[in-house]
Amino acid sequence: MRKTIYLDNGATTMLDPKVVEAMRPCFTEQYGNASSTHEYGRDAKDLLERSRGTIAKTINASPDEILFTSGGTESNNLAIKGVAYANQKKGKHLITTKVEHKCVMESCRWLESQGFKVTYLDVDSEGFVSPEALERAITKETVLFSVIHGNNEIGTIQDLAALGMVCKKHNVLFHTDACQSYTKTALDVKKQHLDLVTLNAHKLHGPKGVGALYVRRGVAISPWQHGGGHEKGNRGGTENIPGIVGFAVAAKLAMDEKHRKQMTKLRDKLIDNVLKIPGVTLNGPRGERRLCNNANFSFAGVEGEAIGGLLDAKGVCSSTGSACSAHSLEPSYVLLAIGLTHEQANGSLRLTLSRFTTEEEIDSTVKVLPEIVEKLRRISPFGKLIDKVLSKV
Amino acid sequence: MAYSQKLMDHFTNPRNAGEMPDAHAVGEEGNLKCGDVMRVFIKVEDDRLSDVTFQTYGCMAAIAASDMVCEIAKGKTLDEAMRMTPKDVINELGEMPPIKFHCSILGTQALQAAIKEYRKKQ
Repeated sequence: MRKTIYLDNGATTMLDPKVVEAMRPCFTEQYGNASSTHEYGRDAKDLLERSRGTIAKTINASPDEILFTSGGTESNNLAIKGVAYANQKKGKHLITTKVEHKCVMESCRWLESQGFKVTYLDVDSEGFVSPEALERAITKETVLFSVIHGNNEIGTIQDLAALGMVCKKHNVLFHTDACQSYTKTALDVKKQHLDLVTLNAHKLHGPKGVGALYVRRGVAISPWQHGGGHEKGNRGGTENIPGIVGFAVAAKLAMDEKHRKQMTKLRDKLIDNVLKIPGVTLNGPRGERRLCNNANFSFAGVEGEAIGGLLDAKGVCSSTGSACSAHSLEPSYVLLAIGLTHEQANGSLRLTLSRFTTEEEIDSTVKVLPEIVEKLRRISPFGKLIDKVLSKV
Repeated sequence: MAYSQKLMDHFTNPRNAGEMPDAHAVGEEGNLKCGDVMRVFIKVEDDRLSDVTFQTYGCMAAIAASDMVCEIAKGKTLDEAMRMTPKDVINELGEMPPIKFHCSILGTQALQAAIKEYRKKQ
């Protein structure tokens, strides 16, 4: 049977078998409710608190500053709406950017419908937000700035320390969505002046349905899920112990520097080789300021979903920011925000690696991709036009 | 993703793809902004479509639908082809997400634009 090459790790990842092993006893033996006072409850509480300690350590935070959630979407919702509601007395203005994940965008749009004001900052052609633009947008009413750390589509890693300095100077709370970047680049809540950080497990070989929110001691948030006082009253609901244990083990395993180096090497090999195909451009920056596992290209004259379809037929999983990706007919707003035309955005293809991606897999992908693009260009009414344009270059 | 096997087959192995240098007429529909542009080439003999090919810039459903339009249209009289509807294409292709229906609309429109052009020339 053909072996599938999975290059959609930005969507989700395979669970590391070690993570599955660590989770297993939590289903059958240590299945207690961490709120119970008996032995099983105490065991569960112990697992919960040890996991909290592990996660806290990875971002230079204290365990009491970590609260567990059901994932990135919940953490982002809680951070943005929670801060907005808890700080209304100061003001009702928030700042974010035009390249955020949908769950941040939608949380902000909802807040606008509730009478809050939101400024969406522009980014440059590589997806970076400038600290100067942030500073200009801050008013006396501003309570929060929220920015995605490592962009899920184009891999841009924002300079959190510089943006954090601006927030600190103007007494604005600073939140980052680190779902894609966590364990893939340095995250230090003190050095980067962070007040809130969204983390999740399933992008780093942990289970789905679990995430965390770092909330700096002293920062007020309003809870959104009311319940039995779990997570210090910030998030009601019996703690997902198997998920949380898996999350902590996955984070610890992922922190190993050698994984970053390996992914960076393969990412660059992929980018260098794909850029040899005529009429292709890289979206997002190169080098250190790009997520070590992200590559995103635009192919002239062909449509990203069709490239993905033919890759799939060859056993390679990818994703696209094209308008034709099944849910919408609008291309990715992130790609439009960095200045791409509709056509360029429609011709986009994202390939995202993991620490389990091998060099052979990259070689095979690089081998099939040019044939696929060539085949689609032959079908495309713009094929000849592209040949003409490219021959002039 | 809800694509039928038949659709996937016409996408990966289109039977009627390519420019027709000696076409009697060409029809084009769509635009780059929406992400689909289809061009349909026709050859007519005794008032029947003797050959139909396409060139498409678009997604999987768009390419498969274009191929299916050619497949269905071949051998039909011009009047019959003018009566073709997107539904005929969808019925033949099988399951696809509703958001993709516009791909089959564009395909039939491109074909009928080609026929109109042919008739104008006569």
